[in-house]
Amino acid sequence: MTHTEKRIFINKMVMGLSTLSAIIGIAFLLWILTILIMNGIDAINWNIFIFEGAPPGYEESGLKHALIGQAMLIGVSTIIGVPLGILAGVYLSEYGGRKSKLANLVRDISDIMMSAPSIVIGVFVYAMVIDPDSILYTNFVSAFLIEYFEIQTLAGNFSGWAGIIALTIIMIPIILRTTDDMLQLVPTTLREAAFALGAPKYKVILQVVIRGAKTGILTGVLLGVARVSGETAPLLFTSFNDNFLNTDLSEPIASLTVTMFNYATSPYEDWQKLGWAAAFILSMFILTLNILGRVVLIKRKKK
Amino acid sequence: MNKILDRFFHLSTLSIALLTLLVTGAIFGVLFQEAKPAIDAFGFDFLTNSKWAPNLEKFGAFPAIMGSIMSTDLAMFLAVPLAIGVAIFLSEIAPDKMKTPVGVSIELLAAIPSVIYGMWGLFYFVPIIRDMFGGLGIGLLTAGIVLAVMVLPFMAAVTRDAMNTTPDILKESAYALGGTKWDVIKDVVIPYAKAGIIGAAILALGRAIGETMAVTFVMGNVHKIPSLITDPATSIPVALANEFAEADEDLYFSSLFYLAMVLFIISFSIISFAKLAFLKRGRK
Repeated sequence: MTHTEKRIFINKMVMGLSTLSAIIGIAFLLWILTILIMNGIDAINWNIFIFEGAPPGYEESGLKHALIGQAMLIGVSTIIGVPLGILAGVYLSEYGGRKSKLANLVRDISDIMMSAPSIVIGVFVYAMVIDPDSILYTNFVSAFLIEYFEIQTLAGNFSGWAGIIALTIIMIPIILRTTDDMLQLVPTTLREAAFALGAPKYKVILQVVIRGAKTGILTGVLLGVARVSGETAPLLFTSFNDNFLNTDLSEPIASLTVTMFNYATSPYEDWQKLGWAAAFILSMFILTLNILGRVVLIKRKKK
Repeated sequence: MNKILDRFFHLSTLSIALLTLLVTGAIFGVLFQEAKPAIDAFGFDFLTNSKWAPNLEKFGAFPAIMGSIMSTDLAMFLAVPLAIGVAIFLSEIAPDKMKTPVGVSIELLAAIPSVIYGMWGLFYFVPIIRDMFGGLGIGLLTAGIVLAVMVLPFMAAVTRDAMNTTPDILKESAYALGGTKWDVIKDVVIPYAKAGIIGAAILALGRAIGETMAVTFVMGNVHKIPSLITDPATSIPVALANEFAEADEDLYFSSLFYLAMVLFIISFSIISFAKLAFLKRGRK
């Protein structure tokens, strides 16, 4: 074999191997998608939206409790997390800038927290919010306030609020980083034009800069909500679970993800089926948010 | 008036930005404080002791730590070559018409929640392993494979992005010198994208080591160093997910916090190493 033939041979071999690994990878992923869709369509019917959880074997069992619980958990953490994340992003981009040490530290820490194990966030929130000995309740000031005003704290039992706190902690870094990136794309001349009209900085930010980056921020919000919607581990010991409908956030509350986990690991076939239905609904929701986020970005680029 | 409002706005955004630092610090602080009784009782022996017996109040994290390391190593061993293969395929080999649809679907798969990968593993993969190797089908090998499949889309997408940053002009010059596709990939694309590729792999490792739901279904939570790769095992997140809600003794509870602290320190270090050393900001 000549040198050239050898090079061509090696080239073909590597191309083949790489295509093969792509095929293997994509085959696995298609496999998961197919079983998700097959099982999901098989398991979905109207009962799921009408009935709450029931003991195994009951005809009239559904996921109403988990759907409503999930919507409440995600909805409230979005309402809290999005403004906080955007405002922190505003600080990084508008007050901190590229060179500020503090802003860069916040950026690095948020980048790390985005990939940090979410189960640890759950453990942390448990220790902070649910543990009655937590420093949140036992420090001098709060102990006095709780005693004096007879405040009901979240201490002592699992609650929807604890789950919301955990989800918000996970959501903020994602929104903060996209907001920061998107605001920096807004041209400086726009800010200068607004300043020249005599607008104070906060007005420039709220009415010019944030408006200019609206679609980009929206993408960040959609992706952040999508990411948080699939979280299970941080909810295990915060919002816990409930097999029945509950809309009181100071009590344990059902979520699709934890319900899915409990049902899938149960030995009952009808519960497992409900688990697949939950998996299907949740994945479709998350995929829709992701696709929406992309469409918004592409539309903006076309403008 | 405007001045006061300006000040107020500045300070409120600043305090929220600081809140993120505060929460991160608080996580370290609270975990340490809650783990204190176990740290006092076991010290560093906790990390090397392999007996985990809640009824005897004896706690050693060695099996969980080893389980974490072994399952993620196995996952990386399987996923890294596949991810690089997929990335090479997507950035260099696939025809242009295929690049976008395949690339986007891989990115979308990275968004599917890990609990669903876990369900897939339990219902579809465990029986296959059981038929092939006997035993329960639940264990280290299954966990490693499920983890590998879970991190694959993420790692492939980041690696592809890194490879795509190679300027066309560099690749074209190499082709002009008579290089084959493989020559161009190994001598131009991979060296150019090296930092990104290594960073993607380390970041995937950092994520995999803290991953809970994908492995909780299929690992078995047995606090023993497995003698066979198909034996049930445990990992730190799996032990936390299974035992945290039912721990009753103070020392048991504290030991779980100790575990959580070890996990947080390990993954925090791995992720920050990946982000700071390889995936520097402002690369775009």
